[in-house]
Amino acid sequence: MVLSSSAAKPKIQIRGATKVYEAKTGPVHALEDFTLDVDDGELVCIVGLSGCGKTTLLWSTAGLHALTSGEILVNDTPVIGPRPDEIGMMFQDANLLPWRSIRKNIELPSEIKKQHVDEERVAMLLEEVGLAGFEHSFPRELSGGMQQRASIVRALTTDPGILLMDEPFGALDAFTRDEMNLLLMRLWTETSKTIVFVTHNIGEAIFLADRIVVMTPRPGRLERIFEVDLPRPRTVAMTFEPSFIELVHEIKSVVERGARPVAEVR
Amino acid sequence: MSEVPKELQDEIPSFDEEHVSHDHGTVDWTGLTSVRGARSALEVGTVIAIAVCVFFGTELILRITDTPTYIFPKPTAVVQALTDDFWLQYGKHLVVTLQEFFLGFAIGSTIGLVLAAVITQKPFVEKVVAPYIIILVVTPMLALVPFLRLSLIRGTSIWPIVAAVALASGPMVLINAATGFRRTDLAKIALARSYGATTFQVFRKIRFPLALPMIIVGYMVGAIFGLLTAVGGEMVSASDQGGLGHQLIYFFSLIRMENFGAVLLIIELLGLSIYFVFYFIGKRWASWES
Repeated sequence: MVLSSSAAKPKIQIRGATKVYEAKTGPVHALEDFTLDVDDGELVCIVGLSGCGKTTLLWSTAGLHALTSGEILVNDTPVIGPRPDEIGMMFQDANLLPWRSIRKNIELPSEIKKQHVDEERVAMLLEEVGLAGFEHSFPRELSGGMQQRASIVRALTTDPGILLMDEPFGALDAFTRDEMNLLLMRLWTETSKTIVFVTHNIGEAIFLADRIVVMTPRPGRLERIFEVDLPRPRTVAMTFEPSFIELVHEIKSVVERGARPVAEVR
Repeated sequence: MSEVPKELQDEIPSFDEEHVSHDHGTVDWTGLTSVRGARSALEVGTVIAIAVCVFFGTELILRITDTPTYIFPKPTAVVQALTDDFWLQYGKHLVVTLQEFFLGFAIGSTIGLVLAAVITQKPFVEKVVAPYIIILVVTPMLALVPFLRLSLIRGTSIWPIVAAVALASGPMVLINAATGFRRTDLAKIALARSYGATTFQVFRKIRFPLALPMIIVGYMVGAIFGLLTAVGGEMVSASDQGGLGHQLIYFFSLIRMENFGAVLLIIELLGLSIYFVFYFIGKRWASWES
């Protein structure tokens, strides 16, 4: 209800975002009239089937894609290109550069921005995620989970206020995924960053999110928003409780309802 | 290679697709040696043993059959001929060939690499240029040396051969480097861009390292083609300074086959050195894909 304070303004404002790709078979409506506000310090998960525009939405927010119409505001300023100081991006898989050591991978953002590497911060983060001592290893020498930890450190080195995460744990096994989710929750609690997390794993979304946005494909639309009122800190044990599983089923039915028309057409 | 039993495929030396990983277009360096992994002491020992057997076996057969040197020189005679008046018969010619090779290769590979980086920026340009590159690759450039000497670059200098070396190695570097640059990884480029990377930074930090393994392969193939063109060019039309190719023709015309063999031996060692130099460059700078 505080209208005058700028602190109460949403961190990310997505207003009627629409993205149409020109494909050989005709225009593809990847995203249509999508509107959403994300508050400062909020953790929002976006779920939906493949091709529902989740990634397009995230890449547009990061300034990597231009919208066909509509606009996205980050910190009250329209996004017209990458905003490296405010936004950190995490990609599918770890997306580390295989020809660089872990240390060199983590230094990439600072290197591109021509900034000094905050040695103390990097050391602290490496310690935090349990990668201390692996600075000189190459990505191929580490497990998928460890690679993803390095990728988290890379996203956090320059301390952006917003993290956009595009199915970062999709390629990990279930146990490692739980572990990474717990790590992410801990980092989020400690740093109070604003996080938009794209996933197709509903359980993961419920475990992490304050709010879950369900999207439906072709055109990519916002179908429904779920508030998750599970208490924090959340534990893996909670994922086996009836209320959790009930919510999984409810969201799953909404996700699949959106898919049906497409299945009929095909 | 479908007709080859699976267990034998690793043993077949080739530069074909089988040894090239499709992931980011990176190269399995062991593929270039046709053998997977490092050689064990036993393997190295066997390779040396075979060389020794061939050397002395040939020697023995030639002695038993009493074959004259002008038909087939004995290995020992070739080694003997190599040490005989080395500088005048081989050394100064080696220097000439190396000059032609290094000049031509430096010019050709640089142009090839830069062109590869430029044409792969625009698919249209690449598609238009590609057929002409293929034509350049399949043209035997050493055949152009007499023509160059008579018309474009008149005279008896080394420059017609330098030009032929450049024309032979350049397209080889270009075609391989272009393959490397074409293999873009959108997620990695997006990663760099999300940190605010400029087009040049994306090239330097992502596209170039990604292409490097293929670039090194291009340099290796281009260098070997360049050497062969230098020697071949000297055989058809040497400069007034000679060269190893010139010496091949010279000794052959005098039927001094042991000297002929010695020149061939030097050329072989040159080719092997080129191979190993690039092999180790590849190991050092492009082994990130195991």
